[in-house]
Amino acid sequence: MQTVPMLNPVSPPLDARSRALRKLCVEAIDGAGRGHLPSALSLIEVLRVLYDDVMRYRAAEPMWLERDRCILSKGHGCLGLYAILADKGYFSRDLLRTYCSDDTILGGHPERGKVPGAEASTGALGHGLAIGIGMAIAARIQKRDSRTFVITGDGEINEGSIWEGAMAASKHRLDNLTVIVDRNKLQSYGRTVDVQDLEPLTDKWRAFGFAVADVDGHDVEALRGALKQPLQAGKPTCVIAHTIKGKGIPHIENNAEWHHRSKVTADDLSKLYAALNPATEAA
Amino acid sequence: MRKSALDAVYDLAKKDPRVVFIGSDLGAGAMDKFRKEMPDRFFMEGVAEQNIIGMAAGLAMDGFIPYVNTIATFLTRRCYEQIAVDLCMHNLPVRLIATGGGMVYAPLGPTHIAIEDMAILRALPNMTVTAPTDAPEATRLVNATLDVPGPVYVRLAKGGDPVVSRESDGFAIGKSILLRKPQDVLFIANGVMVNRCLTASDTLQGRGVGAGVLNVHTLKPLDEEGILAAARGARLVVTVEEHTLMGGLGSAVSELFMRRLGRIAPQLVTLGIPDVFTEKYGSQDYLLEQYGLQPAQIANTAAAAIGQLAA
Repeated sequence: MQTVPMLNPVSPPLDARSRALRKLCVEAIDGAGRGHLPSALSLIEVLRVLYDDVMRYRAAEPMWLERDRCILSKGHGCLGLYAILADKGYFSRDLLRTYCSDDTILGGHPERGKVPGAEASTGALGHGLAIGIGMAIAARIQKRDSRTFVITGDGEINEGSIWEGAMAASKHRLDNLTVIVDRNKLQSYGRTVDVQDLEPLTDKWRAFGFAVADVDGHDVEALRGALKQPLQAGKPTCVIAHTIKGKGIPHIENNAEWHHRSKVTADDLSKLYAALNPATEAA
Repeated sequence: MRKSALDAVYDLAKKDPRVVFIGSDLGAGAMDKFRKEMPDRFFMEGVAEQNIIGMAAGLAMDGFIPYVNTIATFLTRRCYEQIAVDLCMHNLPVRLIATGGGMVYAPLGPTHIAIEDMAILRALPNMTVTAPTDAPEATRLVNATLDVPGPVYVRLAKGGDPVVSRESDGFAIGKSILLRKPQDVLFIANGVMVNRCLTASDTLQGRGVGAGVLNVHTLKPLDEEGILAAARGARLVVTVEEHTLMGGLGSAVSELFMRRLGRIAPQLVTLGIPDVFTEKYGSQDYLLEQYGLQPAQIANTAAAAIGQLAA
C-alpha cells in the first residue's frame, strides 16, 4: 500500500470572499464574546466551495426533498456553517450577532429544526457519518440523485462510530456520499500526532473502501476539483482537506489557546478584524 | 413474542413503503421473507449499534420509519448517546425492538441481562417506553407504533409466555389495561410480570384477599389517570417489574402517588430487582425467584403487607 505524504497547505492568498466569510464568523464572536473560532476558520473554503459551486439547494426552502445535504458532524465548527448559511440567505446576517445568546437559534452547536439549513443536530462527536449514511441510502431507495456531504474533524475521527460508518458506507457502495475530513492536525489538547496519531490516514480510508483525495483545504480550485463529482463510481468518497486551524488570522493559527475562547476582549476583537483587513493582508 | 413482533413489522412493511428493517447480526435466516420480498428496505448491518442508530436517524429524517432489532442490552447501553442525540433530540420515528428484555438471557450473565433499559430510556425526552405482556399484545403494540411521531422502545420477553392479554380490551400506547378489578390490593405490572401477578391474585383469592391487576404496558408516557382510577379504593398497591427498582415502574408510580395523592396515597410496595448486577445464571425463572418475583412470592409479600395494614 502506498502512503500519500501529508500535504502542508501552501495555499493561495485568501480572496475577498474568503475574508468576508471569516468576518461573519468574527461578528458572531463579537456578539457572544465566546466560541470555537479556529475550528470554523479551517472550514471556510470547504463550505464555500460546497455552497457556491457544488451543492444543489434552495435557501428559501431548506427542506426541499431533492436538495444535496451537508452535515456538519464537527458541530463545534458551526460558526463557519452559520456564516455560509447567512451569506446564502437561509436566515438574516443580523442573527449572527445573537450567537449563543439567551433566546437565539444559533447555539454553540447547530440544531436541526432550529437553524434553517442545519441538516442534523451535532456537537457530540462521531454522529454525522452514520446519519449521512442513512440519508444516502434514503436517496437511493427514493431514486433521488441527491448527494450527501459529511464534514468531520480530524480529532473527531478518534471516535469508533466513524469507523463503523466507514465500513457501512463502503459495504453499501454509497458513491452519493462524501466524507470531508478537516485535517487541521490539532485537537483540543494538542497536536493530533501526539494525542491519537491518525496516520497513515489516506491509507486507512482507502482500506475501508473509499476513493480518497488529499487536497489543500484552503485552495478553492483544488477543492472544486475534488468535490464537484464523486471520485469513483461504486465507492464513497473521502476528501482529506489539509487545513490550518485558525486559517486567515495569523495570531490564532495553530494556537491551542484559541480552540475554544470564552472571554474574548475588545482588544482581541480589534486584532481579529484587523487581521482580516486586506491592507493588513497585503502588508 | 419476538416472532410475533417481527412478523408484525413484516406486515407493516408490506402495507407501508416507509417501513424499513435494520438488524445488527441476528441469527441465521432472521427476517428472510422480508429480505427476499423487500430487499431495498432490509438491512443487516453487523455488530455496529452506534452506526445502526445513526443510520436509522438519517433514514427517518428523509421520510422512512425504521424498525431496529437487536438484543436489549446492546440496543440501549452501547448506543445510548446515539439514541439520545440522533433519535430523541431530533424526535424521529425510529422503533427499537429489543430482544431478550429483562432476565431472559439468564445463562449468559449480566452483559446480556437488561434490567435498567427502561429507566435509562425513560429519562430521555420524546422517548416512548413499552413492555408488552405476551405475544398477541406485542403484535398489537407493534401495529400501534406505526404513526407515533417520535422514537419508541419495545422491550420483548422470552417467547412462549402465557397469553393473558385479551383482544377485546383493545390497545393504545399510553393506556393501561385493567385485567382484574382491584379490591383490597392492586398489582401494577408490565411485561411478563403481568401473568405472574394474575397467578398471585388467584393465590390471594384462595386466602380471602381480593387483588386486581393493572397492565401498564407503557411506562412512558405513563397512564396517570388510569393508574389513579384503578388505585382508588385499594388499600395496598404493589408494583411488580422485571427491572431495577431505580427508575422503572415502581419509581414512576411512587412519583405519581407523591405528586398527585400525597398523604392519601394507598400503601405502596415496589417489587423488582435491587441495585445489583445479577450474580447467578440458570434460567429467567430461577433469577426471578432470587428477587422474590415469582407468583407465590409476590402473593406472600402482598399478604404480609396487607396483614400489617390490618394490624
